[in-house]
Amino acid sequence: MSSELFLQYLFAGISYGIIYAIVAIGFNIIYNTTGIINFAQGEFVMLGGMIAISLNPHLPLPLAITLAVCATMIIGALIEIIFIRWLDHPSVLRLIIITIGISILIREAALHIWGESVRALPYFVGNEITSISIFGTNISPQVLWVIGICSLIVACLSFFFKFTSLGQEMRACSANRTAATLCGINTRNMVTFSFMLSAGIGALAGCVMSPITYTQYDGGTNLAIKGFTVAILGGLGNSMAAVAAGLLLGIIEAFSVSVLPLAFQDAISISILLIILFVRPHGLFGSKEAAGLKEF
Amino acid sequence: MLKIKNLEAGYGKLKVLRRISMHVNPGEIVTLIGANGAGKTTLLHTITGLVKTLAGEISLQGKNINKTAPEKRVAAGCSLVPEGRQVFSTMTVKENLVLGGYVQYKKDKKTAAHEMEKILHIFPVLKERENQLAGTLSGGEQQMLAMGRALMAKPALIMMDEPSTGLAPLIVKDIFRIIGKLREDGNTVLLVEQNAKAALGIADRGYVLETGKIILQGPAEDLLENRDVQRAYLGRDVG
Repeated sequence: MSSELFLQYLFAGISYGIIYAIVAIGFNIIYNTTGIINFAQGEFVMLGGMIAISLNPHLPLPLAITLAVCATMIIGALIEIIFIRWLDHPSVLRLIIITIGISILIREAALHIWGESVRALPYFVGNEITSISIFGTNISPQVLWVIGICSLIVACLSFFFKFTSLGQEMRACSANRTAATLCGINTRNMVTFSFMLSAGIGALAGCVMSPITYTQYDGGTNLAIKGFTVAILGGLGNSMAAVAAGLLLGIIEAFSVSVLPLAFQDAISISILLIILFVRPHGLFGSKEAAGLKEF
Repeated sequence: MLKIKNLEAGYGKLKVLRRISMHVNPGEIVTLIGANGAGKTTLLHTITGLVKTLAGEISLQGKNINKTAPEKRVAAGCSLVPEGRQVFSTMTVKENLVLGGYVQYKKDKKTAAHEMEKILHIFPVLKERENQLAGTLSGGEQQMLAMGRALMAKPALIMMDEPSTGLAPLIVKDIFRIIGKLREDGNTVLLVEQNAKAALGIADRGYVLETGKIILQGPAEDLLENRDVQRAYLGRDVG
């Protein structure tokens, strides 16, 4: 493999991988506060892209994206308030089935609103054929936008959880919900915030990736599976591990194209998910003891 | 301070507490002793609101808190040091304390910082470990952190659920010494213990709980002398 081709694959792998990581972080944020996997996470990504695409003809691109992210956050909060908040000690299984229902609901609603057609946001800079040369290989600037904005999301999230009081309260809620209540923290609000936050970062990722990967009403499902694989691969609940696992999966997928037909790309991530579930269910970076204590 | 009248509570159809009435006066240590499953923890959880009240009345500082949400009861003035420590193990000692003062720092960051200084003075061992993750502390240190965290809210009443469980005798002594010191500083304590001897030794008054009912109450010295208490809880064979 020539070094030029190698870099091409590498950049493609990183840009996909970091998107998977963002979806996985969305899973982790909700998992940490509620102990459930929100299977509607992929739909948040789709919604973000779709809303931005609809707004784009009327508004400048940055404003359209900002509004799309805000709208998706509101949708995320509403979903939690309508379907989850009022439940009294719901079982994990019940919550998971609710999120599967929500994902179907959003997908069908999107089909009615936007139809089956494949859409995309315009490239942020230039167009399909614009490229910049890095280390002798040509890359679309959009790839750099994806990598840059997703890295920024990860950095902002770590800052948020480490240094802001809301972030600390959310961490407290995930570390020990009863104790958080005993400290006077309203844990139900924290769950709503976690849905808002995951919806927001999912939507932003959906916007930046839209020009390369396109947006379709059912695009969320595939992403949710990839994101779930990454979340499990890294160890559920661990966001930094999700970034490493996401990059790993993205790069493996990208390089697999040089060995296997493109159609097998999805099969690879599913096989990795199965292998991980059989061999290391607590993930590459997770601890076995911690996994043993979890309900799910 | 705390007044409970004919309180009933339980889980689902199971009623654990039956017509409990008790009170705690300001500045005293009151202990609640009883065997496993007597309902001690349930009583504390009902006071903090983690378990729903089915009947009766709980009032704190003259205010009925029956309908207050659990997270608001902390601001109303009662903090619980839960059984088994329950520290935020993935967060540092300092972060744990800051979260304990959540009710305070929302209003006034300076008071919270001042309060933290005071607490680190009571528990010097926490000061040494300020930036360590709480999960890496020893059992005794975690107990102290849980107590410090509850104190950060400046509660009118601090409740402790089995603070001595699973700790070495020397550390248990230390914990009880600190509880005694809390009273000297003007705190009001409701102490639940299996270690009846140590608890009655430090308390002003005590209640004995059996299968969800209060069967005995009185000054701690009297309870220590009581033959039934001695036989059932102090492991003394009285002929």
